[in-house]
Amino acid sequence: MAVRLTERGFSLAAHHDPSDNSDAQSSGLDRRRFLGFLIAAPTLAVGVQFIPGLAGRQAADASIITPPEPEEIFDLGDAQDLAAAPTAGLITVVVNPDGTASFAAIRTEVGQGMTTAIAMIIAEYLDIEVHQVSITLADARPELLLNQLTGGSNSMRSQYTPTANAAQLAKQQLVAAAARKWNVSPSALRTASGTVIHPDGRKAGYGELATLAAVTKTRRVALPEFKAKDRAEFRILGHPTPRIDAYDIVTGQKTFCTDIQVPGALPTMVARPPTINGTVVSVNNTEAILAMPGITDVVPISTGVAIRGQTHGQCIDAIQKIKVTWGPGTVDSYSDSTVLSALVAAEPPFLVPPVGDLTTEGAFTFYFASNTPLEPDNAIAVVTPTSAEIWSCLKVPIDALQDIAIQLDLPQDAVTVHVAEGGGSFGRHLFHDAATEAVEAAQKIGKPVHLMWSRTDTFRQGRTHPMAISRVQATTLLGNVVTYQQYHTDVQTSFSHGLGEILTATAASLPIVGNFTFAETIFLLSQSSPYNFGVTTQLLNEIPLEFNTGSMRNIYSPNAVTAEELIVDQLAAQFGQDPVAFRQAFLKDSRVLAVLNKAAEVGNWGKTMPAHCAQGIAVHSEYQAAVAVLVEINCTPQVVNRKVHNGYTGPRVTKVLVVADPGFCINPLGFEAQMIGGVEDGIGLALTASMHLQNGLFLEGSWDNFFYTREWNTPPDIQVIITNTSSSPSGAGELAVAPTFAAVACAYARATGTMPTSFPINHGTLGFTPYPAEPSTPQSPTDGLKYTF
Amino acid sequence: MPTYTFILNDNQVSVDCDGNVRLLWVLRDILGVTGPKYGCGLRVCRACTCHINGLAFNPCSVPVSQIKPTDKITTIEGLAATDPTGENGLHPMQEAWLKKDVAQCGYCQPGQIMTAVALVKELQSEGREVTDADLDKIRNICRCGTYYRIREAIKAGAKNM
Repeated sequence: MAVRLTERGFSLAAHHDPSDNSDAQSSGLDRRRFLGFLIAAPTLAVGVQFIPGLAGRQAADASIITPPEPEEIFDLGDAQDLAAAPTAGLITVVVNPDGTASFAAIRTEVGQGMTTAIAMIIAEYLDIEVHQVSITLADARPELLLNQLTGGSNSMRSQYTPTANAAQLAKQQLVAAAARKWNVSPSALRTASGTVIHPDGRKAGYGELATLAAVTKTRRVALPEFKAKDRAEFRILGHPTPRIDAYDIVTGQKTFCTDIQVPGALPTMVARPPTINGTVVSVNNTEAILAMPGITDVVPISTGVAIRGQTHGQCIDAIQKIKVTWGPGTVDSYSDSTVLSALVAAEPPFLVPPVGDLTTEGAFTFYFASNTPLEPDNAIAVVTPTSAEIWSCLKVPIDALQDIAIQLDLPQDAVTVHVAEGGGSFGRHLFHDAATEAVEAAQKIGKPVHLMWSRTDTFRQGRTHPMAISRVQATTLLGNVVTYQQYHTDVQTSFSHGLGEILTATAASLPIVGNFTFAETIFLLSQSSPYNFGVTTQLLNEIPLEFNTGSMRNIYSPNAVTAEELIVDQLAAQFGQDPVAFRQAFLKDSRVLAVLNKAAEVGNWGKTMPAHCAQGIAVHSEYQAAVAVLVEINCTPQVVNRKVHNGYTGPRVTKVLVVADPGFCINPLGFEAQMIGGVEDGIGLALTASMHLQNGLFLEGSWDNFFYTREWNTPPDIQVIITNTSSSPSGAGELAVAPTFAAVACAYARATGTMPTSFPINHGTLGFTPYPAEPSTPQSPTDGLKYTF
Repeated sequence: MPTYTFILNDNQVSVDCDGNVRLLWVLRDILGVTGPKYGCGLRVCRACTCHINGLAFNPCSVPVSQIKPTDKITTIEGLAATDPTGENGLHPMQEAWLKKDVAQCGYCQPGQIMTAVALVKELQSEGREVTDADLDKIRNICRCGTYYRIREAIKAGAKNM
């Protein structure tokens, strides 16, 4: 594959003089203009159509040595904002006759707290309480085109302003209705938590006014001038607010896709091939399977054999007995070692050749990792000759709808796609693999199905974060770093879910020159060295092996940042400087410097640690936010060699401090939760969590094989400090993963005296006995009552 | 087809099904009780954790034929009724979960809460307080990584149990 080598910094600097962007990072609220609508309904319904405008972005601070890189002036979230520009439809706030408000979000809730944050925005600008706001997830809305994609930590940035505008328009209409009722000027009235108040003390509730404010004909209205509140005025935004679905969660009432019951949609599971993407040649005992208790249907589909039955357990029973002749998969000859060789062979030479003692370099290997959430991929499909109705957790529901229409040869308006709340995503729900299978099975069987992947399926045949090598080389001269090169080579990451289309659609507007692929563009938009390292080159090179890949929380950054920060520690050592002092000297962004300083101070950087224990620190800037993570790790033999039955222990991160500057933090409680989750991901990626590929099959089949962070790995002490430095919200969902991974790697290097070059560090030893390749889903145990406590 | 009878959240229930079907699927697919989640079916992830006669267990790994008519099965839906001394009639552990805003996606949390209650009861029967070493032994997976708040909530909830 051809690799383009571009001196990004200099060529871009010519186009983007930072001084041109001086007004850009003011409130995000003035960056777009909006159209307001009153919508015909029996109660007040207001709509806002938003037309995002592309504003410049303030670049790095004045003392620029290294020119700004693409991510700094225009990042992935901006690309998504811009893509939405010509196509954005209405978002609608409805005020109900009981005084509550309803809103169908065009983003997907998968645990990140989006619905709670949206409810807070509406409550703040409508002036009601958060618990009075009901948020549902909109069905796929094809008219929104590409403005219905949840990813890139973009939800708050793209939804804040239009949602606030809609809520403010609704409030204005309620006040106007009260003014008409009382025959006074609206300006004489004020609101307080769901009521409009007359100067003489009379009150009218929003519910009563909502009926008065209803219109019978939809019409466009002038939006009230948006009054962005000063942060000190916020009653709800910026204040810690519990999740709006917390009660339903702790009482078992929250409905995930697996819990949705559609009449006739019986449990359906798939017997799968013994290698990745293998195919069905023949099913050799269909009649015997159909004779098993509860089984209603057996049909081959593109990815295996779909088995429909009265219970999922009976489908699992049938998977134990089915006899299938399988065709080869797409990567049968590949194992970890052969993929690694292919990556090494594909690595381009550095532009700047090594210069003896002046060169510091390292190559870091990152093994495959699974992005599966805890709720397995699943979807309900009801398919008739003229229509299809689908339920699934989808972050790009329009992409699913369009693909399913093509799959069934139906017009798009014959396909309805309902978006279910997800039990996690981490990138998995950018794809609609389960929905595609459910539709195929429902069509071939001729009956509705609720198709669910088994846990083992999710690891072995599901999407993975691809294996990668990140090679870094820095050249130093006279106390400066004069060149920094980072070449990231990986197995191709699939962006077939529409993000690529977004970028294609807006490619002409992107400040990146050249014919980059989608993946390269996303790499460039998400990566940015925060250091003044002179001529900086960061490149992505992908090899097209047919694995089922996809983004995993934070896409390329966890690997790329870890490689960079390990080399930064090496450079610091070479310069005889403390890692924090070195970073302080070379960081080019004042916000990153500020969080680093805070972390070093609060985390007591440099304190004396016992033998085999160490601190590590790393910084990251992405999604218009800055973050520093300081960790402490214990690599003493007694900790490393702890025994946990069927579990992996190893080094333990004992303390984590996250200092994050998200600009404006909408919900500190939710933001902290996202930082904590990102920390656990970063620890897993550094120490324990990977997939082992052997002859075309991943060996992992359960959570006792794929060692995502467990209780015995989790730090007993996590502290999150949030600093607010602007009025613009930024992304939270992915922010802490990369710097935690990097800080743990740096701490491990210091504690053991050896810089790790392969991640996770335990990958070389297989820590479990794999389930056999067939049956593709192992049988459930029967001895559960022996283990009560 | 055989009939199996047991006590589910204080109500006697009967199901007609093959005795080999694991209790998780009897609860979810036949009775429509969806608080206990499927996360692996291998007694690994513990997302389905429920109580049998007050003790934690994983119904994904128990054929319904092993359940006796006198067995009391409690799912997350029935937990509050066993100790409704928390706010709004919730179990103290559910209340602690709300106070700490533990959940993210929430998929594992019914199982986490059911495990937490059984663990605290076990420790209390031994006259012990919850320690970090006790928490380290919990096997329930949380893929959102809410472990830190889970640990805080268990310690807080235990004080009110």
